Amino acid sequence: MTVERRRVYLLADHPGDEVLEALCSTVLADTVVEEATVQHGAPPHDPHRVEVGFLPGVTDTEARELEAVIVQLGGPPVAAATVRVYRIEGADEATLADLARRRWANASIERWAVGELPAPFAPAPPEHARVETVPVTALDDDALAELSRRRLLSLDRTELRTIASFYAAEGREPTDAELETLAQTWSEHCNHKTFRAEISFTHREADGSVRSVESIDGLLRSHLRAATDAVAKPWVRSAFVDNAGIVQLDERWDLAIKVETHNHPSALEPFGGANTGVGGVVRDVIGVSARPIACLDVLCFAPPDTPAEAVPEGVLAPARVAEGVVAGIGDYGNKLGLPTVAGAVVYHPGYLGNPLVYCGAVGILPHGAHRTGPRPGDLVVVIGGRTGRDGIHGATFSSAELETDTAAVAGTAVQIGDPITEKATMELVCEARDAGLYRALTDCGAGGLSSAVGELGAPTGVEVDLTTVPRKYAGLAPWEVWISEAQERMVLAVPPEHLTALHELGRRWDCEVTAIGRFSEDGRLRVRHGGAPVVDLPMDFLHDGCPRRSLVAEWREPAVAGGRVADVTVQSAGGLLLALLRQPTIASKADIIATYDHEVRGGTVVRPWCGPEAAGPSDGVVLVPHECWEDGEAAFALGVGVNPRYGRLDPYRMALAAVDEAFRNVVAAGADPDRVSLLDNFCWGNPNLPDRLGALVRATQGCHDAAIAYQAPFVSGKDSLFNEFDGVPIPATLLITALGVVPDRRHTAQAWPRAGAGALFLVGETRAELGGSMYAELVGEDGGSVPGPPAGDPLVTYRALHRAIGAGLVAGVHDCSEGGLAVALAEFALAGSLGLDVSLASDGLRRDELLFSESNGRFVVQVAAGAEEAFAAAMPDGTAWRRIGTVSAADAVLRIAVDGETVVEEGVDVLRSAFEGGPRIGAYA
Amino acid sequence: MSSPSIAVVIAPGSNREGEAARAVRLAGGQAEIVPIGTPLDRFAGVILPGGFSYGDALGGGMRWALQVGEAVAAFADSGRPVLGICNGFQVLVRAGLLPGSSDGAGSRSVTLTGNAHGRFACRWVSLAGAAGHAAGLDGLLPPVIACPVAHGEGRLAVRDAEALDALAAGGRVLFRYVEGTNPNGSVGDIAGLCDERGLVWGLMPHPEDHVSDLQNPFPDRPGRSGLALFEAFVNRARSI
Repeated sequence: MTVERRRVYLLADHPGDEVLEALCSTVLADTVVEEATVQHGAPPHDPHRVEVGFLPGVTDTEARELEAVIVQLGGPPVAAATVRVYRIEGADEATLADLARRRWANASIERWAVGELPAPFAPAPPEHARVETVPVTALDDDALAELSRRRLLSLDRTELRTIASFYAAEGREPTDAELETLAQTWSEHCNHKTFRAEISFTHREADGSVRSVESIDGLLRSHLRAATDAVAKPWVRSAFVDNAGIVQLDERWDLAIKVETHNHPSALEPFGGANTGVGGVVRDVIGVSARPIACLDVLCFAPPDTPAEAVPEGVLAPARVAEGVVAGIGDYGNKLGLPTVAGAVVYHPGYLGNPLVYCGAVGILPHGAHRTGPRPGDLVVVIGGRTGRDGIHGATFSSAELETDTAAVAGTAVQIGDPITEKATMELVCEARDAGLYRALTDCGAGGLSSAVGELGAPTGVEVDLTTVPRKYAGLAPWEVWISEAQERMVLAVPPEHLTALHELGRRWDCEVTAIGRFSEDGRLRVRHGGAPVVDLPMDFLHDGCPRRSLVAEWREPAVAGGRVADVTVQSAGGLLLALLRQPTIASKADIIATYDHEVRGGTVVRPWCGPEAAGPSDGVVLVPHECWEDGEAAFALGVGVNPRYGRLDPYRMALAAVDEAFRNVVAAGADPDRVSLLDNFCWGNPNLPDRLGALVRATQGCHDAAIAYQAPFVSGKDSLFNEFDGVPIPATLLITALGVVPDRRHTAQAWPRAGAGALFLVGETRAELGGSMYAELVGEDGGSVPGPPAGDPLVTYRALHRAIGAGLVAGVHDCSEGGLAVALAEFALAGSLGLDVSLASDGLRRDELLFSESNGRFVVQVAAGAEEAFAAAMPDGTAWRRIGTVSAADAVLRIAVDGETVVEEGVDVLRSAFEGGPRIGAYA
Repeated sequence: MSSPSIAVVIAPGSNREGEAARAVRLAGGQAEIVPIGTPLDRFAGVILPGGFSYGDALGGGMRWALQVGEAVAAFADSGRPVLGICNGFQVLVRAGLLPGSSDGAGSRSVTLTGNAHGRFACRWVSLAGAAGHAAGLDGLLPPVIACPVAHGEGRLAVRDAEALDALAAGGRVLFRYVEGTNPNGSVGDIAGLCDERGLVWGLMPHPEDHVSDLQNPFPDRPGRSGLALFEAFVNRARSI
């Protein structure tokens, strides 16, 4: 069955013969490989084809460009639209409709028809200036809850009651826009109610007896910020206050970093959701006056081979989600000219109804360049994209659980990205920053203008007129303009005398600049639509009026299955290693990495891949910012740690392990262990249920203790809660991101061995810690204890390794993570296309523990030629290390012997084909 | 020795202008990043850098080609060199400057289109100057340049076999991917073209991303930097 594909460009009017000829011969068709035909009027009915086009209001950048080109060619202004056509000769309607639903179209942004779609050029609807009043003061709790549900407010009864009482005291009812403003500002997404809540926590043993009872004064304050305050690093410029964390890079430059999630939009429309996820986090970085310079992404999907019958109604197939998300991330970062350099992909059946998409961005700014103080009289200026009906209710939507019919209800929550507009916005902000044209700025993210303007104006008061906000099309209600999450917009506080200069920059960068209001000094948020009042709220009620939640949390240690399967044998060990290398979570991500431009800006010096065949997986990556290429030696490293398999058994240790993994990744690449900052990103289930919240408490306790142990401050974080599908939570997932300063860009390390260099060492201690390991999952058991903190003081070990790298004693280094030492050795060998001869002593451990245990704090190191003694001498007291073998001079075979008996003997080519035998992104079409 | 001034012309969505300018400076030239519409008379050479001009919404480089095609053609007709990289190469092909000749619009026989595997590709490739090319780079470049590609529409395709033969016979093939590194299915492993005068050069890969040993991911294979190409370009501009 051959699918014939065509692109169709619809024009509302004839553009003139000459223009039409140019469009067909040059612009729209590449005549070397394509042909164009022109159809005047409606096409004849063809029952063997499907047409797919965007829903009204969804951004169609191709059509917008076409309209511009027609004018450029000398034609008249003509409205354009694009349609994709799929045709299968002889196919019946049912087959076509099924393919359209499952493969070709996405109902959350597109419409489709077998045959022909109706023409998209509807007359513009009239301007809609109605402001409704929503009575709340007389409603009882049930009626308030019903109101919240109907309007997608995601507010609880106490919050609704607080709002009703406020208006009762004011002697009036709220407008629709006021209710929306409060819902956005008080949303979990914007206000982090769970992380600020007072929590009564009970920790129980597996038998139900109480281990401890504790009252926690907010997870953010008591566990995360407390750790940052305790380690008190002078190089932290801003932590948890601004849109992104800011740390010092060198004497002149600071780095900004932020990681966000875009889970729910990506579940509905993988490409657009991931696309705008990248766009959003990049704007967070622009929002602290930084130029974005790198992206990272961590993705959690159900296994790509999930059978179709296991996929619930209303859920996209995991392969389609993965394909769309990866394409969406690549598209945005590539078009912005940002290298997408770091990340991970985790596969687990628990993400079937609710995939996770973490997007991160790093930026650079001159020290002290970020300004945060608007003054009364400054103008409220919106720059970048226009406002449409896209992304209505994103903030409150992300604070609700996904259900089967969410796709139908929340269609307008999905946005489409326009990276070229974002790039213009970024260029404009950087120049405006250097010219001192604004006094504060923030991005328009969740909640749109309502959050951005409300937040910027909090210290002063602010007044805006919605009629001045540039719209994509007519017909928006005032409250829609106010809360739309249309992409690529920033809000600036601009002294009136600088507006002309800002307009000039807008013309240079093709970026719209519009003053929509003014900062006041009355401490109120006032929004009007021409003369009609839309919002009039005191800032203190908006920002401080949300009642603090009191929540109950309980964690019961799981009963770990006692029985263990038999140890591996000489016959089984090699096969198990190959099976682990094939596990999608471990297997090569080279196909994905290659779709991301990880080279742009020319500063990627340790890449996500390594080795002479580009086949090896790296630990951390290292980048030299273009801005300081000719200035000093500084660089920075990025690493991530994520392991949801530990969370079910021990969320506390999951946090320790994630911190250790992210930290050791950047140290392995060359970062200074005393210059590492951390970010925490929690994706969790419904926190109103005590078991989910109990796991969250344990995880934040782990974050706190690890940050203290590694003397590494948290500088930013974000939570995404309510990740449940039909009442079942995702695996509790904590992503830790590490940003490390590399003091000397010439002294980095990579995860591959060199022929002719020295012996292999194992740094760190292997223990019986198979709990939650990839091996345990493969053989179908719990595995016992989840990896705990490394023996001794890990910071002492990591400092020693860092000094050894700086002294040139290290030829190659690779950390041990999923799959344990055996997988680390296999990856090291295949990265270098070299055999390894390794000899281990059991020291009381089983062979499976020795090979596959995922104990923290371990590295495989190949020392430089002749550096064996110097490296040994560099290892401090209390650090476990041993010489474990050599790079094979004879053949490309990985041999691992335990107590003198060879248990693994596999050719490097065999290891590599297993490692590269995982899921292929791009195979889905 | 004089330091010729090179214009790095950008459109909305260009993004490798910084690296191109850096490569020019390292090669001994002066680089100025300028927007579309900037008069080019005062420059000794023009580079159109990589990126996604206007999002490449109508195909790689299309709208940008409509805007700068004439100005760049006039610049080359004045005898000064032009280099298009990636999106800039797409622009030169769409504007008819490459492979050039009498082959005007409407009868184009060479194009850059979607990669054969259908996806964006960012990976390192090896390039070698093609035998008999008209740009006169023999002896000026290392035998192999290693650098990344980063594109979704970089597959060089021709209308027919005669068109391919004509490219080689006319000295229009400037670079080929070394066997086994063709990242996109380009016919004849062609990575870059020049015009018959040897004045207009274009290639898909990014030699500007490998101008320092620090950027070389293969330290066991040194001496394959792309800097020599920029030195050749700057010298050509200087000699005019």
